[in-house]
Amino acid sequence: MREELLAILEKNSRIDFNELAIMLGTTEEEVLKEISELENEGIICGYHTLINWDKTSIEKVTGLIEVKVTPQRGKGFDEMAERIYKYPEVKAVYLMSGGYDLLVILEEKTLKEIAGFVSDKLSTLDSVLSTTTHFILKKYKDHGTVLKKAEKDEREVIIP
Amino acid sequence: MRNFLADRVVNIKPSGIRKFFDIVSEMKDAISLGVGEPDFDTPWHIREEGIYAFERGKTFYTSNAGLKDLRTEISKYIERKQGVIYDPDCEILVTVGGSEAIDIGLRAVLNPGDEVIIPQPSYVSYEPCTILAGGKPVIVELKAENEFRLTPEQLSNAITPKTKVLILPYPNNPTGGIMERDDLEKIAKIIIEKDILVMSDEIYSALTYKDKHTSIIELDGMRERTIMINGFSKAYAMTGWRLGYACAPKEIIKQMTKIHQFAIMCAPTISQYAAIEALKNGDENVEEMRKSYNQRRRFLMHRFKEIGLECFEPFGAFYVFPCIKEFGMTSEEFATRFLKEEKVALVPGTAFGECGEGYLRISYAYSIDNLKIAIGRLEKFINRLREEKTSR
Repeated sequence: MREELLAILEKNSRIDFNELAIMLGTTEEEVLKEISELENEGIICGYHTLINWDKTSIEKVTGLIEVKVTPQRGKGFDEMAERIYKYPEVKAVYLMSGGYDLLVILEEKTLKEIAGFVSDKLSTLDSVLSTTTHFILKKYKDHGTVLKKAEKDEREVIIP
Repeated sequence: MRNFLADRVVNIKPSGIRKFFDIVSEMKDAISLGVGEPDFDTPWHIREEGIYAFERGKTFYTSNAGLKDLRTEISKYIERKQGVIYDPDCEILVTVGGSEAIDIGLRAVLNPGDEVIIPQPSYVSYEPCTILAGGKPVIVELKAENEFRLTPEQLSNAITPKTKVLILPYPNNPTGGIMERDDLEKIAKIIIEKDILVMSDEIYSALTYKDKHTSIIELDGMRERTIMINGFSKAYAMTGWRLGYACAPKEIIKQMTKIHQFAIMCAPTISQYAAIEALKNGDENVEEMRKSYNQRRRFLMHRFKEIGLECFEPFGAFYVFPCIKEFGMTSEEFATRFLKEEKVALVPGTAFGECGEGYLRISYAYSIDNLKIAIGRLEKFINRLREEKTSR
């Protein structure tokens, strides 16, 4: 049940628990128990809303910053990652294989703010060797969801 | 001017669904529970393979039996699922949907007057295809109390010296019924004893919700007397690609190929390339869709219980087949009133044979959100009918 439960919740965390239990062929109590276990184990880490900010009048700029760092003895990349992810404007930090080490995703109101973060905060850190900043121009699909209206059902109404 | 039409065709009843369809198409804002095809798009990697086939200019006929690579993949698939081996060279024929396989399979084996046992309620084309092939349909009326399974008694009673073919339509459209191994074993004994050929239409085989689907070809002595039909439409959400196949002993496939060759030439080439990808890398997609269908199936069964609508629990395909006898209306009256008053289209059980009277086919090839709205309206409608009944 766990895998199927997670698959449903990942798509719709607002689903009614009773309904969820019916769909999984179990009871609401079982579902609640399983969910609280998943939360305790840190498997379910939060419930978020996917917002297409482009459709609002609120300005948002997302920057992807490739960061090369010198790993520190005994700590590897973890401490550096921590120093970066503690900034609230940082949305995500990933350790990467390949041409750079950390990918930092940053959300701000303006390009200038992102530029400021990179030049003042990120590149001044001791172990940061270099940064390359990219800006997202348009989001087509996010978290497995295509950010446009669903298409109409084109099937015939009655089919044997 | 003379009447140019063939009596044999003119005498075939038009599909019961057709009439209802005409009413529905006049209503612009109706929602539907009447669809017999998946709501999912064909998985993208399969579509992509079709596009790639176009780009490579794979726009010619294939061999009559279908691409060798596709037949090889079909053979592997059946071995994987059913543990039965068919020779891709002479025992598999790729057809234009399962529908074509039904048609040419019957045409390949029927002599005038041969009887074909057709359990109903079932898919609409077995009866007309039998008639067009010169055979005589013998209808067996499946019962809700048997979960619409074919019982050995029913089969025995339908057999005459002229019986040649038994159609075995499981998992079943429209009832959602299945036949499990022990059900099949019981009828296989009779089939072998009476020396009958089976046409097993397993187009919904990937969509079962109990144990994995058992095919009658798995039973001793059945492979050599079965035309097994399957396809890509339901499992891989590929209805519009028009691609199916038949597996049978080589003597039968040889004759079917003859008809196929003269009538059709070959199944669509682009679809065949896409289907290779479906069989090679599509298992996960099928499982994901199957899980979704199962969630919806449970949801519907639960709602029916809440509403107090009688319905046996189906374990196959994507249909439920609730009973509406308590309302004292025919299926068609019920469906027509429901459509007019609540603007929801569903298919009266009678579209699948007279014994579908008193039942409705509800498809769950719709998102949970759609189902919720539609069943909400069904509940409202049923409550109104019950009030009418008590106030009378």
